Amino acid sequence: MTWETVIGLEVHTQLATKTKIFSGASTEFGAAPNTQACAIDLAMPGTLPVLNAEAVRMAVMFGVAIGAEIGLVSAFDRKNYFYPDSPKGYQTTQLAKPIVLAGEVDIQLDDGTTKTVRIHHAHLEEDAGKSLHEDFHGMSGIDLNRAGTPLIEIVSEPDMNSPEEAVAFAKKLHALVVSIGICDGEMAQGSMRFDVNVSVRKKGAELGMRTETKNLNSFRFMERAIVQEVERQIDLLEDGGKVKQETRLYDGDTHTARSMRSKEEANDYRYFPCPDLLPVEIDQAYVDAVKAALPELPEARHQRFIESFDLSAYDATVLCDDMATAHYFETVASQCGDAKLAANWVTGELAAKLNSEEQAIQHSPVSAEQLAALIARIVDKTISNKMAREVFAAMWQGEGEPDTIIEARGLKQVSDSGAIEAMVDEVIANSAKQVENYRNADAAKRPKMLGYFVGQIMKASKGQANPQQVNEVLLKKLNELL
Amino acid sequence: MHNLTLAELSAGLGAGEFSSVEVTQHFLARIKRLDGNYNSFITLTEEAALAQAAQADKLLAAGNAPALCGVPIAHKDIFCTSGVRTSCGSKMLDNFVPPYDATVVENLAAAGVVVLGKTNMDEFAMGSSNETSYYGPVKNPWHTDCVPGGSSGGSAAAVAARLTPAATATDTGGSIRQPAALCGITGLKPTYGRVSRWGMIAFASSLDQGGPMARTAADAALMLNEMAGFDSKDSTSIEHDVPDYRATLNDDISGMTIGVPEEYFDEGLNPATEQATRNALAELEKQGAKLKAISLPHSHLSVPAYYVIAPAEASANLSRFDGARYGYRCENPADLRDMYMRSRSEGFGDEVKQRILIGAYCLSAGYYDAYYNKAMQVRRLIKEDFVSAFKDVDMIAGPTCPNPAFEFGAKSDDPVAMYLEDIYTIATNLAGLPGMSLPCGLVDDKPVGLQLIGNYFEEGRMLNVAHCYQQVSDWHSRCAPGID
Repeated sequence: MTWETVIGLEVHTQLATKTKIFSGASTEFGAAPNTQACAIDLAMPGTLPVLNAEAVRMAVMFGVAIGAEIGLVSAFDRKNYFYPDSPKGYQTTQLAKPIVLAGEVDIQLDDGTTKTVRIHHAHLEEDAGKSLHEDFHGMSGIDLNRAGTPLIEIVSEPDMNSPEEAVAFAKKLHALVVSIGICDGEMAQGSMRFDVNVSVRKKGAELGMRTETKNLNSFRFMERAIVQEVERQIDLLEDGGKVKQETRLYDGDTHTARSMRSKEEANDYRYFPCPDLLPVEIDQAYVDAVKAALPELPEARHQRFIESFDLSAYDATVLCDDMATAHYFETVASQCGDAKLAANWVTGELAAKLNSEEQAIQHSPVSAEQLAALIARIVDKTISNKMAREVFAAMWQGEGEPDTIIEARGLKQVSDSGAIEAMVDEVIANSAKQVENYRNADAAKRPKMLGYFVGQIMKASKGQANPQQVNEVLLKKLNELL
Repeated sequence: MHNLTLAELSAGLGAGEFSSVEVTQHFLARIKRLDGNYNSFITLTEEAALAQAAQADKLLAAGNAPALCGVPIAHKDIFCTSGVRTSCGSKMLDNFVPPYDATVVENLAAAGVVVLGKTNMDEFAMGSSNETSYYGPVKNPWHTDCVPGGSSGGSAAAVAARLTPAATATDTGGSIRQPAALCGITGLKPTYGRVSRWGMIAFASSLDQGGPMARTAADAALMLNEMAGFDSKDSTSIEHDVPDYRATLNDDISGMTIGVPEEYFDEGLNPATEQATRNALAELEKQGAKLKAISLPHSHLSVPAYYVIAPAEASANLSRFDGARYGYRCENPADLRDMYMRSRSEGFGDEVKQRILIGAYCLSAGYYDAYYNKAMQVRRLIKEDFVSAFKDVDMIAGPTCPNPAFEFGAKSDDPVAMYLEDIYTIATNLAGLPGMSLPCGLVDDKPVGLQLIGNYFEEGRMLNVAHCYQQVSDWHSRCAPGID
């Protein structure tokens, strides 16, 4: 019996505003606990929220980027629950009137086809603080630095049918929000977190009972969690059991999920309109202006890479896979003067090195500017491709700029035609027998005999002679002797 | 000196007839001598007051004194005062010292006032009798067996007993106007959004509004001049020019049409209170105002709608008092749940707990539509009543409360009877309109108030009508018995 998997995602995306959604406190990651929580974030009595206009703009950017209708009047609601990292005792969020209405995101599947995933809506809300359960001897510590960080929660329709599709969708969203600059995309810092709704059904049947697995903060965890949950549900059903509607929590350390609460235990959040905030009213002109100022979207970039850099569709896809790679490539290509070579280096030598050392391209020891400078030396024939690989390895080790390394290692390719001619003359003069053989050989066999002379010249130049030039000069000189 | 109005004190300070330190010392001494009878203050800020007074005297001497320089006032203990305990009348905040000032406090400080202390109030402003304060009930200076009204009972009693010439207060369903009426003083609740709510501890955010209490309309105008104004820290604050409310006090009111809602003269109204109200209306008629009978057909729904909306908002607003970051925390909590449950059970009084439970219930799944949504629909109907009435009239007038002050305990066991004391005041909060109460008579030797309801941002016009009435009546200058 074949089962069909049905997946919907809720994606919490931190917006890259400088200050919080309802206060002037900084959103910078990594500060000492509670140093970035002001009176409003601490929910001190009498304090009031004031909406950060930048958060609204970023949410609208997301909306126009996915072709969604924008809620010209959106409104905030209070979601009531007690938890120490929620200092007001409620979360300010949007329930009835979200700022981003239905939209669509296309994902590319492995078989080369494209699938459309519908977005139900995306709403603005505030992030909670963090509970720290270690180091407090049976107590918990509370860090409210994150409390009030602006989020958009992007809610998809249940349009994905495999873990791979879910990951493709998640990656697509990630690339999108990073490329339009509304999220820093730092998954390890929790900038993007996923809740997955999973159910299974017999092909063509009604939707099965779904479970929600919360707070997955990497693509890998998400994929694993879905695979496990699908297996669990199929096993249950095939054994004659039933899937219970519940919320599950995935543990990234043990790679297991456990039930957090069943539907019966679900909170009644007692949502109601937040009386401290007026409805957010924006007009079409504002939306149009945001749309006009929208940075290039990933699809458009892909197309541009093919057209203006003359790349293959495959190279363009690899380079557009994430924003950081695309940005890196573009810097290299524009500065080195040879886009194709730049693409080869970024997807080849650099990618291999990053992979083997598990480094993100943003943290590459060789910057885009440095790699461009190196490739420029290949382009201007100062060094060969082979020498460049040696220089690159040295750069990776932190030995400095490419020109310095080339200089220090004496790797400069000899392209001085006088010097090359002198070396060619010398080798010809010292190789009377080989010259004689060459002259007597059939024209067809002569090219093969060049190897000896080239080898001698390269040896004499300690490998620094420009091979192409050597070939040209040698051929000319030998032919003069015929 | 304590018999002088705010305007007279300000003029006297300006003319050098007395110093701010002298005035401040006089009022402080008076509070210490007499407030044992009334319990109108929770905190006296003697040292800071004298320092502010000394500073005011310097400014006065230098000749560049701001509007209310050196005049003493008191703040309701709902307004956060930097470095001074702000309890909101609750055990929950008995230890709470805010590190910031409410905008109202800041504005008045900029105007040069001297703050004598913080006045008593119903716990979290929930009450109509001041009996729910953690710091004990406030007594009505006119009759110390009677309540002063609530929730701004401390401010009202302090002004009535002439322990301060004026005080700040807040009004969510009548908490300025009802105690003003019961204590025989003048109180004004501005248009919602006119006065910043920043730093004013929230009860029901969509209804709460700060305003002044004083003896005269002219003094209320002086206070409102400094309290009103847009504040970027309060999203519900409205950008609307603040006129000089003193400038229009003496405008001619002849030709003005005053609507008299029939629903405000129903069977629940004490006949003697009705007579006092009608006498006051007749007085306005003498000055050329035209009285016009009007109807506000949804008035009877205002109390039920209010007692859904206000508790619903309060149930969320008061969630932050959880024992985690400030305020009361129970002894030795066993775990998180225990900390929440005991801190809140021990820190809140019964009325507050009752309203949190009512509010949470009204917002619960399955009840939301029947209660909260229905109440919001009623709220719109009530607002429409007023909007349509103001097409025909310039002002609305009627009684502030159905009865004069009642005795302690008389209504404590009957919440509905207690809630009905606000029957004429609640609708203005639901509609967001400005309202005020001014003394218009004595019933059984206890003051009763005339209520004026203005159109949006018509505070100036209300103060104008009130001032004109006070030019031909003396109820506002009468003194409670035993107060010299």
